[in-house]
Amino acid sequence: MQLPLLLEQLLNGLQLGVMLFLMAAGLTLIFGVMGLINLAHGSLYMIGAFACASVAAATGSFWIGLAASLAAAAAAGALLEMLVIRRLYARDHLDQVLATFALILILSEGTRWLFGSFPLYLDIPPLLQGAVPLPGGGQYQLYRLAIIGVGVLVAVGLYWLIARTRLGMRIRAGESDREMIGALGVDISSLYTIVFALGAALAGFAGALVGALQSVQVGMGEPVLILAFVVIVIGGIGSIKGALVGAILVGVVDTMGRFLLPQILALMLPAAQAGMAGAALASMLIYIVMALILALRPRGLFSAEA
Amino acid sequence: MSARETAANILIVALLTAIPLAAIVLDEPFYLTLATRIVILALAATGLNIALGLGGLVSFGHAAFFGLGGYVAGILASHALNMEPLVFGLPATQSMPVIALVAIAVAALVALPIGAISLRTSGVYFIMITLAFAQMIYYFAVSWPAYGGEDGLPMALRNAFPLVNTAKPLPFFLVCLAVLAAALVLFRLIRGSRFGAALQVGRQNPTRLAAVGISPFGIRLAAFVISAMVAALAGVLFANLNRFASPSMLSWQMSGELIVLIVLGGKDRLLGPLAGAMLYVFFEYTLGGLTERWQFFLGLILLGVMLFARGGLLGILAGRTRHG
Amino acid sequence: MAEPVLEIRDLRKSFGALKATDGVSLDLRPGEIHALIGPNGAGKSTLIHQICGSIPPDSGTIRFLGRDMAGIGMAGRAGLGLGRSFQVSSLAQEFSALRNVMLAVQARQGSSFRFFRSVMGDRALTDPARAMLERVGLSARADVPAASLSHGERRQLEIAVALALEPKIFLLDEPMAGMGPEGSKNLTKFLDGLRREAPILLVEHDMDAVFALADRVSVLVYGRVIATGSVDDIRRDAAVRSAYLGDAV
Repeated sequence: MQLPLLLEQLLNGLQLGVMLFLMAAGLTLIFGVMGLINLAHGSLYMIGAFACASVAAATGSFWIGLAASLAAAAAAGALLEMLVIRRLYARDHLDQVLATFALILILSEGTRWLFGSFPLYLDIPPLLQGAVPLPGGGQYQLYRLAIIGVGVLVAVGLYWLIARTRLGMRIRAGESDREMIGALGVDISSLYTIVFALGAALAGFAGALVGALQSVQVGMGEPVLILAFVVIVIGGIGSIKGALVGAILVGVVDTMGRFLLPQILALMLPAAQAGMAGAALASMLIYIVMALILALRPRGLFSAEA
Repeated sequence: MSARETAANILIVALLTAIPLAAIVLDEPFYLTLATRIVILALAATGLNIALGLGGLVSFGHAAFFGLGGYVAGILASHALNMEPLVFGLPATQSMPVIALVAIAVAALVALPIGAISLRTSGVYFIMITLAFAQMIYYFAVSWPAYGGEDGLPMALRNAFPLVNTAKPLPFFLVCLAVLAAALVLFRLIRGSRFGAALQVGRQNPTRLAAVGISPFGIRLAAFVISAMVAALAGVLFANLNRFASPSMLSWQMSGELIVLIVLGGKDRLLGPLAGAMLYVFFEYTLGGLTERWQFFLGLILLGVMLFARGGLLGILAGRTRHG
Repeated sequence: MAEPVLEIRDLRKSFGALKATDGVSLDLRPGEIHALIGPNGAGKSTLIHQICGSIPPDSGTIRFLGRDMAGIGMAGRAGLGLGRSFQVSSLAQEFSALRNVMLAVQARQGSSFRFFRSVMGDRALTDPARAMLERVGLSARADVPAASLSHGERRQLEIAVALALEPKIFLLDEPMAGMGPEGSKNLTKFLDGLRREAPILLVEHDMDAVFALADRVSVLVYGRVIATGSVDDIRRDAAVRSAYLGDAV
């Protein structure tokens, strides 16, 4: 097998993993601090992508679009938190699921109303166009490499934020003892709004970055959301480290499975059948991995409670 | 059951009967299709209500079983039509009762491992895992080209039912109605049984259940599997109604819709899923007639119900739930 | 001396640096009430959890009716005859008092996989359940949901549920908590009669009740049993006086 191709697929897996991490980090933070399961997180991803694509189209600058995506997703997140989400913290998970499901309907149809049913397209900024050579003779898209780099930066930044800053201290306190930090005089409702907006901004950022790789359209967020759920379940709910490990694992396993499984099966089956069975099996692979991990560790790899 | 809930139930059944009557009197066969849709969705949601309403198991993956039922109907029928045997040379069939039994068996076989893994966890984990497993089956159906892949699997004819012409709307409606009635009887029996008692205590207080010596896991797994079987049966009928087994039957939106039906109607109530399905199809039809963006308004209504009317329609009509 | 029904040997459990259970050995003999006392934070709850099977010990053994309990979960132990009442009432809140007891009767009969027959018409369930409510004096409240019962009534219902299991031992976690003086007195009398049916491991803060009921008392401090003996032995024990009662006495 050609090494450059393998390396390229591995990088693609990492890039998918980084995207998933941006989604999963927000979800897991929101669950860890507020105990909320938020289905509408995929909508925030979509909002980021639409904000970036439309602002980039209007201004001609991807970078302004990227800034707009952060601002729009954070603002939408803060608004949603204040209007709806904060009424759900005390509710059971069923109510949270239903209310955030309703938010998906509202946000998806609302976006379709504003932008129409046709997908938007976002170009890769000139600075990041082109490819870099890989060892072994292949080439790799610079933009995807940049995404991986940005993802690593965000992971480091998030670690620093939570481990080293005053806000991070409050977030950690909020995870371990909600009543206590209220009693210590921390304004808990604005802390919640900030955490939610932070998670939203991460999701919107991910949406904007991916927007340049695929079309920007309504419904783009939910498949990513469900993958992010798989990531969180594998990593352990509430754990940022778990989200990072789970995201990379899911990204790499999914990408490599799609690449390698048809080739492996081709050793045993006729080509057409191998392709078909390989593709079908590959689409199920991460869920099988999830099931195996859960069979061994029902609360995930890095469960906060373990 | 309180007198008010009985009255509300009578009202719901009366409304349901009025739709086919109106269809006949006004010569609007489309109303009959709507009524059939209501009945089938109510059937699927009644199945889910065994796990969700009685057991408190928020499965966000019941579309998997609903869709499996649809695909069993589509696959068996297409094999029968093309005179192709199934695996191991088994003959295919067009007979709806046989297909229903196969669908129920397949759903049970799939629900058993999914339930066994998912029920090792609880709460949010359970929601996410059931959703993920359903998504796995969805992607499998979409990426397996033999049975339509992304395009789904059309059915040339409805499956046959002994002594009934299922191609005509009214007989088909009546078949669906009879199945729903049977499922409601089943739900009621289970709710009042020893199994139902254990299941409901498992929702209210799992520690209590274990402390009297009943392991919640076995009870919940049984409920999950039964509930999947009912959902699969509904899937068979749904594919027959549309003459089409669609991947959308397996989608996460479908799973969400089934939960919405229960909560709109009132969870843990016998006729909650039926009331919810009526309301849902009513919104879909009336709002859908007014605007292409009906889901936007559906979302607003749903959000309103979640924030302000937590008992659902039956909660409003029948007052608070009383348990005896 | 009769074989102990419950035999705990060198049980240990740590949470990080905290040794919640530090080499506890304890037994419960037929016909006795063995009280377990100790200041707050002594590790009584952790010990109870380990006996019930909701927390696994790090090391040590728990033998119940001669059988090692390792690997047997909470439901399994309850099924073998470990009846338990909770420190904080733990009932099916939406179910009536009667149905709470009926569940225990059903569990004892080992028959939870019956899907069709209605429980309310099933006298094999309702008769024993009503008899049990009668015994604890809750008959008049049989149809009231557990959530609407008073605090004291819920404690009585807890006892009725535990009784209905016809357990081989009772594990009662602070049954007097939150009861008025009158309620405590009645319950004390009730528990006094109960020891003839099955031995009781009684965790209790109410010292009047402990001294009135216990055949033996064990004192738990910082995860260790510092003394075990009759009520008089314990009253006289110097280590107990200093560690538990403090200098105030």
